[in-house]
Amino acid sequence: MITAQRAPHSASNFDPQGTINIGGLNDRIKRLRQESIDAEPSLSIERAIIETRFYKENEGKYPVPILRALNFLEICQTKTLHIGKDELIVGERGPAPKAVPTFPELTCHSIEDLRVLNTRELQRYTITEEEIRIYAKEVIPYWKGRTQRERIFNHVPQAWRDLYEAGLFTEFMEQRAPGHTALDGKIYRYGLLEVKKRIACEIEKLDFINDPEATDKQEELQAMSISCDAAIVFARRHADFADRLAKNETNPTRVRELRAIARICRRVPAYAPETFWEAIQMYWFIHLGTITELNGWDAMNPGHFDQHLLPFYERDIAEGRITRDDAKELLSCFWIKVNNHPAPPKVGITAKESGTYNDFTNINIGGIAPDGSDAVNELSYIMLEVAEELHILQPGCSVHISASTPERFLRSACKLIRQGHGYPSVFNVDAYIAEMLRQGKTLTDAREGGCSGCIEVGAFGKEAYLLTGYLNVPKILEITLHDGLDPVSGKQVGLHTGAAASFRTFDELYAAFIQQLNHIIDLKVRVSNYIDRMFAKYAPATFLSLFIDDCIARGRDYYNCGPRYNTTYIQCTGLGTVTDSLSVLKKHIFADKTFTMDQLLEALDSNFREAEPMRQHILNRTPFFGNDDDEADDIARKVYDDLYASIEGRPNTKGGIFHLNMLSTTCHVYFGKITGATPNGRLAFTSISDGTSPSHGADTHGPSSVVKSLGKLDQIKSGGTLLNLRFLPSLLKREEDVAKLASLIRSYFSLGGHHVQFNIVDTATLLAAQQSPEAYRDLLVRMAGYSDYFNDMNVDLQADIIARTEQEAF
Amino acid sequence: MALLFDIKRYSVNDGPGIRITFFFKGCPLTCIWCHNPEGTQLRQQKLYTESRCIGCRTCSAACPEKALIPLPDGMATDATRCLVCGRCANVCPTKAMEISGMTLTPDHVMAEIEKERVFLEQSGGGVTFCGGEPLMQSGFLYKLLRRCRNADIRTAVDTTLFCPEKKLRVIMAYVDLFLVDLKHMDTHLHHRYCGVFNRRILNNIRLLAIESRPFLIRIPLIEGINTDEGNIRASASFLASLPWTEKTVQLLPYHDIGKGKHAKLGTVYNPANIPMSTPSASTIASTIHIFESFGISATVGG
Repeated sequence: MITAQRAPHSASNFDPQGTINIGGLNDRIKRLRQESIDAEPSLSIERAIIETRFYKENEGKYPVPILRALNFLEICQTKTLHIGKDELIVGERGPAPKAVPTFPELTCHSIEDLRVLNTRELQRYTITEEEIRIYAKEVIPYWKGRTQRERIFNHVPQAWRDLYEAGLFTEFMEQRAPGHTALDGKIYRYGLLEVKKRIACEIEKLDFINDPEATDKQEELQAMSISCDAAIVFARRHADFADRLAKNETNPTRVRELRAIARICRRVPAYAPETFWEAIQMYWFIHLGTITELNGWDAMNPGHFDQHLLPFYERDIAEGRITRDDAKELLSCFWIKVNNHPAPPKVGITAKESGTYNDFTNINIGGIAPDGSDAVNELSYIMLEVAEELHILQPGCSVHISASTPERFLRSACKLIRQGHGYPSVFNVDAYIAEMLRQGKTLTDAREGGCSGCIEVGAFGKEAYLLTGYLNVPKILEITLHDGLDPVSGKQVGLHTGAAASFRTFDELYAAFIQQLNHIIDLKVRVSNYIDRMFAKYAPATFLSLFIDDCIARGRDYYNCGPRYNTTYIQCTGLGTVTDSLSVLKKHIFADKTFTMDQLLEALDSNFREAEPMRQHILNRTPFFGNDDDEADDIARKVYDDLYASIEGRPNTKGGIFHLNMLSTTCHVYFGKITGATPNGRLAFTSISDGTSPSHGADTHGPSSVVKSLGKLDQIKSGGTLLNLRFLPSLLKREEDVAKLASLIRSYFSLGGHHVQFNIVDTATLLAAQQSPEAYRDLLVRMAGYSDYFNDMNVDLQADIIARTEQEAF
Repeated sequence: MALLFDIKRYSVNDGPGIRITFFFKGCPLTCIWCHNPEGTQLRQQKLYTESRCIGCRTCSAACPEKALIPLPDGMATDATRCLVCGRCANVCPTKAMEISGMTLTPDHVMAEIEKERVFLEQSGGGVTFCGGEPLMQSGFLYKLLRRCRNADIRTAVDTTLFCPEKKLRVIMAYVDLFLVDLKHMDTHLHHRYCGVFNRRILNNIRLLAIESRPFLIRIPLIEGINTDEGNIRASASFLASLPWTEKTVQLLPYHDIGKGKHAKLGTVYNPANIPMSTPSASTIASTIHIFESFGISATVGG
């Protein structure tokens, strides 16, 4: 017997007073890192001003794709440039680091929005009164009635609006454009001048006699060609700027660097890169182009960066051009660049709803090559080192583990996980390849795929995979128990499926739940399809289209069937909450008759006031999901299968279909806030369960039982699941514990698990961080699909993290 | 059938790899620092966790013996009336009232082990039987060990080795690893702190060594009890004398987390108030040094 001799549970590997070890970083990176951390996010009105002037002058003169491309060109030609002191990788979306533009063509911030953003406590974006005045005069009046958001809301049926307002689902595209994509390796093989030649060939081949779409295709292709010019102009302006800076620079080392930057910016993206430095700069210009053109969900992602950069790295090393340390420095510069680009803020925000600065760029590390071989290489390890030493918010990173991935790499990743920054998250390559094959992708395309942002996976460089919004599954059960009425708002938002007390069996109740589900999915899909067409018509992404096969070959936009694969997802949230709630109903109402339905409903409607013994009975005496208990897990599987059945296969407008996805990001907190008490004993307005994780505190049998329960879901049928595990630092103290964590991950993946991520922090540390935020400024934790600073989270999100079950072993 | 009091999964400290650990009820020793006092008796015992009690009094209504007495901030049990029938635990909504001790068949245990198989195989782990003292229910233990062997599940037995040599001989061929505590070399002090003399234990350790059965020696290092140089030297000298190839010991520095469990049982931790504390870093260092001087490597933790 040995448990008494364990380390005390408060022992944490996180040292609140000490600073993070950045000893491995050189002085340049230390300075750039500090500047990046210190820079305060601000709003830049420059893009909106340029765009509004351009639209006022040109709207109606050109077909939409060309108008969009010219608008992008105008921005690239005129926006303020920034090359920071010490920088090696150059280019900013705004005029300065962390200066975020707005996209009024999608959604136009009101004066009030801007003031709230400037003053709210969390996720603040500064803006001056003078800028707000200009915005009010120059930007807001023009876009009134012309934004995508208004187009969408003018269209939606009342039934959709009722469900939306009650919080049954969210809609991604009311604020941002469809995004969620990552690149394959083609940008390292062809420069944009080469791409322009290909476009010209495609235009040449157009058949204006037999193809009724030939004119549309010509316009789209011309627009793509203009977009190439825009990025080339943007880079050349940087080249000239660097030369000017070099002239005034006195430090000879920096002069050489600036001359090198100028030379590189004249080479990429016009021509294919030849060196490691050029390859990173190539990607960065493409990245900037896509996030300047439009505000797509997910700030773009280089895909398998370690694989793409490897040939450049090997050649540069062999030819003595760079050392391993130089490569690490350049990657660190890139990492910091991503950190300098917070997500553009939403409209209609209040301080409470603020979410995160994170824009979800997720660097995929490891995995397999398109030929199926293990792809872990020296750069994979360097990237883990960079992520560990920089310890910054963005980019996130994930490791991709297949059966053929070396144990050494997985353990290196586990050591970084042990640091407790919340990254890397861990993906099962073999599972997601099976997912993509099931969806009809070719083996090679699937192998080149990975994760773009949170946990969703797609065929990099060949797919538009759009997340359309979250579905609040526990809320569907809530309205089912109230005959379609939302007890929180008092509004009838769903179908009349009968009073709860009228259900004679659990199956009858469940059938009503599925009826409500199908009705909600019908409306959700209808509006999603409409929105898809709005983007295809009014906001084509002619620059992004250059990099996604087969947009050029098809002469069609990324938003308009151009990509080889066109996938649409609805993300279902709260599987744990709804499973546990159904388990309570099945056991305590219908089987054991511990309580009557009326007693339960009364307890729910009063938020278990006067019913604490009942609530405790439920919490302690019901089979809950996450304990490797078939009674609960069978319900989870059934719900999961029925969500799949309801969503899978519905056609989208682009020849593709809808699929099920199982992530929640932070939405389970919002959904919780508009959902009353649930039968599983969850109190009203607290978080519902995240992703496919068990409900907070419901998993009492340790992490192996959690992954066993998750393994019972046929995850291959979805586009991704999300599992959060929180470990106590004491569980990962010794080297052998790291190996055991690796075994736990391998075990989960052998059961078909898609993804798992970890928070390695104890409750005492989190509570202490709430008490003295200043001492814990560096405390990064895993939210869902991304990491965030604990002290940048609002109280609800913090509570959510704290409530996650601490996994402890004996 | 056997009486167990707990099952822990993802157990990472009771042998190699990821393990599932079964806790057998009943122990012949009465170590004053015991942190699993609910495992010492070979019978069901009632546990009460005051912090969980919401004062609903469902338990007192259910008690046929009227053994439960409501207090302003919880419940008291009249031990002279309580028959440990478990009705209070069955109805308590918060599990403030619990019964320690569940009757399991070998089939139950094997089913629980099979649930964990993927982790055990993936990590090179296995099952650990501990307690209490698993050898107090040695017939059951023997059945399980044989079934594990047939099912290709590796086994560890965490034992005091306070048992007749014959019992040990019966099971030892089916045990892949013994985890053995060496608490004190002075047999009288051993008796004082643990309630039994150590001769049988030391003989059984020697038997394992002679028979080349793999075992791991663990020493709970408790300042005030066994950290003095004389005892450490005696321990090292004893271990060095064994025909034993591994020659490693694990030192487990003491923490007093057993206290809370005594409160739940309604018993008193360390009633004689014998001073015990966590050894200092320098004590640990010098202990390691002494073992090394005998050619035995010592690691901390486990």
